[in-house]
Amino acid sequence: MKTEGYSCNEHYDEMFTEEGKVRWHYEEFNSFLSKVTSKKMKQLQEAANRTQKAMGMTFNVYHDNQGLEKILHLDIIPRIIANAEWRKLEAGLKQRIHALNLFLQDVYNEQKILKDGIVPAELILGSKDYLKPCMGLTPPKGIWCHITGTDLVKNRDGEYYILEDNLRCPSGVSYMLESREIIKRAYPQLFNDEGVMPVSDYPTKLLKMLQFLSDKSKPVVGVLTPGIYNSAYFEHSYLALQMGVELVNGVDLIVKDKIAYMQTTKGLQQIDVIYRRIDDSFLDPLTFNPHSMLGVPGIFEAYKAGNVAFANAPGTGVADDKAVYAYVPRIIKYYLDEEPILNNVPTYLCREESDRKYVLDHIDELVVKETNAAGGYGMLIGPKSTKEEHEKFRALIKGNPTNYIAQPTLSLSTVPCLTDEGISGRHVDLRPYVLYGDEIEVIPGALTRVALKKGSLVVNSSQGGGSKDTWVLYN
Amino acid sequence: MLSRVASHIYWLGRYLERAENYARFIDVNFNLMQDLPMDLKEQWGPLVAATGDLELYRKKYTGFERHQVMFFLTFDTDNPNSMLNAVKNSRENARIIRENLSKETWEKVNELYYMMQTGLEKKVWKREDPRQFYEQVKNQILLLYGLADSTVARTEGWYFRQLGQLLERADKTSRILDVKYHILLPSVYEVGSPMDFLHWMALLKSVTGFNTYRRLYGNIDPSGVVEFMVLNKYFPRSIYYCIKEAERCLHCISGTPTDGFKNSVEKAMGEMRSRMEYSDVDDIISEGLHEYLDKTQLKINHISDLIDITYFRIKENTVTQSQSQS
Repeated sequence: MKTEGYSCNEHYDEMFTEEGKVRWHYEEFNSFLSKVTSKKMKQLQEAANRTQKAMGMTFNVYHDNQGLEKILHLDIIPRIIANAEWRKLEAGLKQRIHALNLFLQDVYNEQKILKDGIVPAELILGSKDYLKPCMGLTPPKGIWCHITGTDLVKNRDGEYYILEDNLRCPSGVSYMLESREIIKRAYPQLFNDEGVMPVSDYPTKLLKMLQFLSDKSKPVVGVLTPGIYNSAYFEHSYLALQMGVELVNGVDLIVKDKIAYMQTTKGLQQIDVIYRRIDDSFLDPLTFNPHSMLGVPGIFEAYKAGNVAFANAPGTGVADDKAVYAYVPRIIKYYLDEEPILNNVPTYLCREESDRKYVLDHIDELVVKETNAAGGYGMLIGPKSTKEEHEKFRALIKGNPTNYIAQPTLSLSTVPCLTDEGISGRHVDLRPYVLYGDEIEVIPGALTRVALKKGSLVVNSSQGGGSKDTWVLYN
Repeated sequence: MLSRVASHIYWLGRYLERAENYARFIDVNFNLMQDLPMDLKEQWGPLVAATGDLELYRKKYTGFERHQVMFFLTFDTDNPNSMLNAVKNSRENARIIRENLSKETWEKVNELYYMMQTGLEKKVWKREDPRQFYEQVKNQILLLYGLADSTVARTEGWYFRQLGQLLERADKTSRILDVKYHILLPSVYEVGSPMDFLHWMALLKSVTGFNTYRRLYGNIDPSGVVEFMVLNKYFPRSIYYCIKEAERCLHCISGTPTDGFKNSVEKAMGEMRSRMEYSDVDDIISEGLHEYLDKTQLKINHISDLIDITYFRIKENTVTQSQSQS
């Protein structure tokens, strides 16, 4: 299949250099590509589509009445990352998660970093994600963020930049795992020739990490889901299946004398570790949102008494707020006395007057984000928006400045995709997954999200994004 | 096993069996109608009557035209028991407890769902001969049973699904037999006529029991067929067989021996089984076949309610809301 005429424009392309030369870690794939017909590639793509449908790899879309289930398009061309590049990323992620975990322990306990004025106290203590019931609490083994799915992008300079830390309930890992299985079928030989690091042991590692949180020799672990209408339900049940643990709803659990139980056909059975995929505020109607129908009354007391562990710990949201993001380099320096390995995107905090003025004056050049929104909602991409939209966001910022931050528009790198017009570059981001148990481990793979529309920078699955299998090479 | 999960597995078993039986009903009736003499009109009404949804049908449709009935039983989403709804419900139940199913099982259920959707899009009920579609659906469900049979561990989940499947099957066999009661024959084709014979044969075929019956009973006569479908101890679709096996499932779940009972559902099931064990076909005929089948269906419903109370019902969380902090 031909790649001539492939255009990189002004972006960093991961397969081709500006001169149109194939980067070395794509050479093996390129020689494969030169030998197959475009018809064959199309067939591989169609086979992948069919498998996805048969597997029921679906997600639900909010605000969409067109039926509940959609399939996340999986592009058949892999995204390949060389080993050396990955090693740096890995070191950077470990450093960052290590520091953020220390930060969380600190802000809920001694608050040294606030007292030392490194991070403004009111930014933390006034955040709606700062959970007062967690004050004075140390979670089992002192770990707060057990599972992280950090979002990164590669900018024009070929360097990775952190976009978001996602310390709450990052989703998408099931797509990383299932996509790999599908893509393996598409390129059976290439996998051997390339030397791709495996990701399939993720559920085993996840289970080991969860079991580590309990002192029992055979702890009972469960995945807590909001239920079938949640957009990530497929993933919740997938992970429970792969780990061989129960998938529970709030109604399945009951708390008696600060001990959490599952309601089974044989009566009550104690549950020791909960991988919860529901938000902090819905966990326990007695402690948090009293209207929560998803949570379990009394479970926070059981958690405080040390009778049940949560992953991730309640309260982590305060550290992945988009405003706190700006302080992460300082947080790393403060706790670890190290320079951050990974880049932060320069961030303007609308809460600060000088930054706000800059944002209002340069709104057409910036990306404006709500500090507490996820999934690409409540976001303005300055250069791609109309004057009316600029005005709307100016008004929003003035009305509630603490709720907004702005960043320069990054140029997301492109990776070749199979499109109707042949092979063509599309923008991607990268979400690797990090587990924090008896040590911090970065899984050698990732969810690569693709903006399927030509030129688009929005990669969110809820807004027309697709995905790619991500290959981390042994070399 | 979580009570909620057990309940979904049970209903998965019931809905799959329901869909399979509906496919059988329609397939057999279609065959039967081909054998009708020229002066008799096709009879699709009895099929609706047997499913117990006649009232609902009458609210929506007039007359019992074939396409209409076929649509009602297969694709009508207003009919809670239509095949499409049964398949949708089984998939929904499977989706909820997907972590408890093998990957292949889920994929086959999912395929079944898309099979129904395709049938709907292609309007198969309007085809001159839609039997291929029903055959395909039936095979897909049988494939699922085969998969389960050779891959599912014989632990609680297995028995709950079996329980659902067996109770549903017992109910459906009773309804298939009841079709005979609803079919009206004009006087020239009365009891004992070749037409009557054809009907009984069709009933046997709908439960894939024709050849077995022949081997065991020889001649086709009403009391033989009734005995075969209700009381036979070896035929896996007879009501007695289903009830006996369902009882065994209950005891495997509770882990108690089959003599005696540990809870209300085991008691009710045991009573029903032993009643049947000690009846013969004359008892049924003298009570009236239709009345007997009616009662059987009520008993099965009652047992299903008792299963729900014993195993599925989730207790309210006992921690009171008044503890809510300031």
